[in-house]
Amino acid sequence: MRKQIPIYFVFGSGIIMIVQYFIPSEESDWLFTYANDWVIVVGIFALALGIWSLLRSEFRKLKDPKERFYAAVLLFGFFIMIFTGLKAENLEAGSLMFDIFENVLIPIQATIFSLLAFYVASAAYRAFRARTVLATILLLTAFIIMARLLPLGPISEVNQYGVAWILAIPNMAAKRAITMGVGLGAIATCIKIILGIERTYLGHD
Amino acid sequence: MEFETIIWHGLAAFLTLCIFTFLYKDNPFYKFAERLVAGVAAGYWTMLVFHKLFVDKVYHTMATGQYAYIIPILLGIGMWTRFSKKHSWISRYSIAFYIGISTGVSIPVYMYTYIFRQISATIIPFTSISNVLVVIFVLCALFYFFFSKAHTGAFNIVSKIGIYTLMIGFGAGFGLTVMGRVALLVQRILFLKDYVREVAAFIGG
Repeated sequence: MRKQIPIYFVFGSGIIMIVQYFIPSEESDWLFTYANDWVIVVGIFALALGIWSLLRSEFRKLKDPKERFYAAVLLFGFFIMIFTGLKAENLEAGSLMFDIFENVLIPIQATIFSLLAFYVASAAYRAFRARTVLATILLLTAFIIMARLLPLGPISEVNQYGVAWILAIPNMAAKRAITMGVGLGAIATCIKIILGIERTYLGHD
Repeated sequence: MEFETIIWHGLAAFLTLCIFTFLYKDNPFYKFAERLVAGVAAGYWTMLVFHKLFVDKVYHTMATGQYAYIIPILLGIGMWTRFSKKHSWISRYSIAFYIGISTGVSIPVYMYTYIFRQISATIIPFTSISNVLVVIFVLCALFYFFFSKAHTGAFNIVSKIGIYTLMIGFGAGFGLTVMGRVALLVQRILFLKDYVREVAAFIGG
């Protein structure tokens, strides 16, 4: 029973939200707005749950001599943002919280992503060595795309046309086919959830 | 250049170098920066959600005497029962509400954006070779994922064109990703160079 009622709950709310889409009226607009707002509010509490889980795990690590320092660094970073962000105006430029955001969060995240330039290149070399026709096509396309910013003299203009054509025709066709496949998969999963076929989100007893 | 700015940029430069040390191997500097960014990001998002969603949306609405958010607040609090083995079943109602509304809203949206919009963009007049190629490539790429018919004979040719189209798409995606990462890397290197100049100018007066 403790699992059956939530499944009916999902079915009912899911069907109502699908039906409201096909009945354009003030009432369905109201329902759509409130339902989305309510989901956001539940999400806020879910975030608090995630933060609590993170803090609990990090406080436990404080007892481990090997992990103590790094757990303390994470907790320091977390609490400094909480204390400096207590006032809403601290989210704006010029505050201590914004300075930390701009000089700690942004540089580290940008550098981590820039590191991928090295790893993507080496992984690609290992994975896509031109052993087959398909791998050769992939590599050749990637090379043409990457070479568009290189000063190639007279070939530059030809390459620009090539890149524009690749991006506008075969690339777009591939992305469009993949998007349709992803869409069908996502819709099938949603239907399975609403009908109660997929119920892993309920967890185990 | 103010002393305070030099200090903040110095912190950003130090953290950038900490992340770059990972190119050698995993080390305490990298771990320090990694844990710091995890804590700072968690704290930043917590305060952003608190101010922009909880205070602005929930607290201010409730303060004006509108109690429409009582139900999602109760459902949200219900999420926290996951910490109790005895009462964790209550959280299923919150999750069921979240999942039900989200999937119900998603189905028409996915249907429209991922399917109908893509199909309507593909149904184009054959006024140029490019238009013809787009339609052929999309159909061939879709056929590659169609397994109800054996890919033999003429269907094999269609399927082959489909996989070649997909490979060009993946190659373009790969090339653009690498270019994006390289641009980030260049930006981080330029930041370090500028910082050295800033410090030199500050010392030189």
